Amino acid sequence: MSVVFEKPKALTDAVLHYCPGCTHGIIHRLVAEVIDELGIEGDTIGVAPVGCAVMAYNYFTCDFVQAAHGRAPAVATGVKRSDPSKIVFTYQGDGDLAAIGTAETVHAAARRENITVIFVNNAIYGMTGGQMAPTTLPGQVTQTSPYGRDVETVGYPVKVCELLSNVDGAAYLERVAVNNVKNVKNAKKAIKKAFQNQLEGKGFSLIEVVSTCPTNWGMTPEKALEWVDEKMIPYYPLGVYKDIYAEEEAK
Amino acid sequence: MSEKVLMKGNEAIAEAAIQAGCHHYFGYPITPQTEVAAYMAKRMPKIGGTFLQAESEVSAINMVIGVASTGKRVMTSSSSPGVSLKAEGISYLAGCDLPAVVVNVQRGGPGLGGIQPSQSDYFQSTKGGGHGDYRNIVLAPSSVQEMASLTVKAFDLADKYSMVSMILADGTMGQMMEPVSLDVGEVTKYEKPWALTGTKCEREHNIVNSLYLKPEELEIKNFERYEKYKAIEENEVMYEEYLMDDAEVCVVAFGITSRVAKNAINEARANGVKVGMIRPITVWPFPKKVLEAAADKCKAFICVEMSMGQMIEDVELAIRCKKPVYLCNRVGGMIPTPEEVLAKINEVNENGGAF
Repeated sequence: MSVVFEKPKALTDAVLHYCPGCTHGIIHRLVAEVIDELGIEGDTIGVAPVGCAVMAYNYFTCDFVQAAHGRAPAVATGVKRSDPSKIVFTYQGDGDLAAIGTAETVHAAARRENITVIFVNNAIYGMTGGQMAPTTLPGQVTQTSPYGRDVETVGYPVKVCELLSNVDGAAYLERVAVNNVKNVKNAKKAIKKAFQNQLEGKGFSLIEVVSTCPTNWGMTPEKALEWVDEKMIPYYPLGVYKDIYAEEEAK
Repeated sequence: MSEKVLMKGNEAIAEAAIQAGCHHYFGYPITPQTEVAAYMAKRMPKIGGTFLQAESEVSAINMVIGVASTGKRVMTSSSSPGVSLKAEGISYLAGCDLPAVVVNVQRGGPGLGGIQPSQSDYFQSTKGGGHGDYRNIVLAPSSVQEMASLTVKAFDLADKYSMVSMILADGTMGQMMEPVSLDVGEVTKYEKPWALTGTKCEREHNIVNSLYLKPEELEIKNFERYEKYKAIEENEVMYEEYLMDDAEVCVVAFGITSRVAKNAINEARANGVKVGMIRPITVWPFPKKVLEAAADKCKAFICVEMSMGQMIEDVELAIRCKKPVYLCNRVGGMIPTPEEVLAKINEVNENGGAF
């Protein structure tokens, strides 16, 4: 009997703690598949965030360091500068990367730090039970925006790919989603490119993955996937926001 | 004898760190320690090391965490307000049991304070600064030579115990120039099987982490860490005794104030006052035993500090309040003069104390 589907080698046997219907599992799998396909498991060092993905270190078979909230790009900078032959990636949520860690994100990009950033944007703080995130949509109800995000008082969502596209050091920025098969396939392609860039010394690559949080959005997993299409993607359009090498080739 | 060179204290720290095998430094400009960063910026590229000016003190200490997690020697330096910003990272270093060296060239506080020398971060460095139960090894140099030799020692202790070693200097120590020998001797290499070096698909993955969601496990980690601290208190205390054999009044001072106090003590001795000094070189672990022994012989203690009286609490605890302890202090960037210390010695010798 031939095996037609199996768990990537880069994932451990640990049972994921994520809520039913949460797309972190898909994103973990995509990262692991890419690590397998590139054959880099033994040389990869991951940096875990604070937030839902804090225990990513239990799920990947590579070496891992857990960073303070928002500091993953700075920790990854230290790891990479210590041994540039290692493949270093961070895996961060929206609160971690786009609120408390904004400075670390922008400056790692500005330095064209040769790391890969997997940025999971689900428009909410999941781990702490559903508070307003920097990426929470206008009008979106959360525990700390109970009447809906009022942009007049709390301001507008942060669009990370658009923001970083103005940073000269950023090499490759793409926003993807994982709410249907086509999007999952595109997401994997982008994640693979972000790791390949690092192998080729091309510098700071960030993939923003529009994700779901059925538990804190108060939706069924199915409805959450639809909400990505209806609400999230119109505000956070998918696509390549920067690819300095493609731009060079085109010239 | 090795050759001596004339150097600023801040530069001596930087060169000694390199000699001790530290090839990664992350910093951020702040007076009065910026010479450390400037020196590293010049030297590191020449030895294939890393100098990186971070976007903040917060990022600098997290870059330190990154390098430390790979098992290599790494350092950051700052001055008081900047060390407050590093406190989060120092707590994580403690929680992850990572070795690193952090230098604090203190200035007056609180807040932005001033840029003149101070010792008012004693509590911050010896009692915590960041959150949680933890200790740092804290070394307090009193000469440019010690800025160098204690930096080398700090790296050794950090690796030996897998924790943060701090150099607690001050603006005077950082800025003044003295002859210094940079002969660091043999550098001990420590095995670091926990380091993130890539699994090569040949071993289980290493995880550097401070999160323990099960309270039973976190409690055990804390107990284990304090066993380590206990061993350090037993084995790593360093201090200097000055004219203590027949002393009736004992001055306690570290860093630059110990130099001032020494002048005052010499003057008092010339006038027949039996005064000596215990100078903590490690302010954590604190030299409790020697102080407690001194309490049996001396009638009074004088803490000379450039703070509102921080180390004095440790002295009182160490001697279990057996004898009165007086404070002789200047703050805000002011340095006590030998005359001020001498006046305090005379006053305490005549009126204070009890046998």
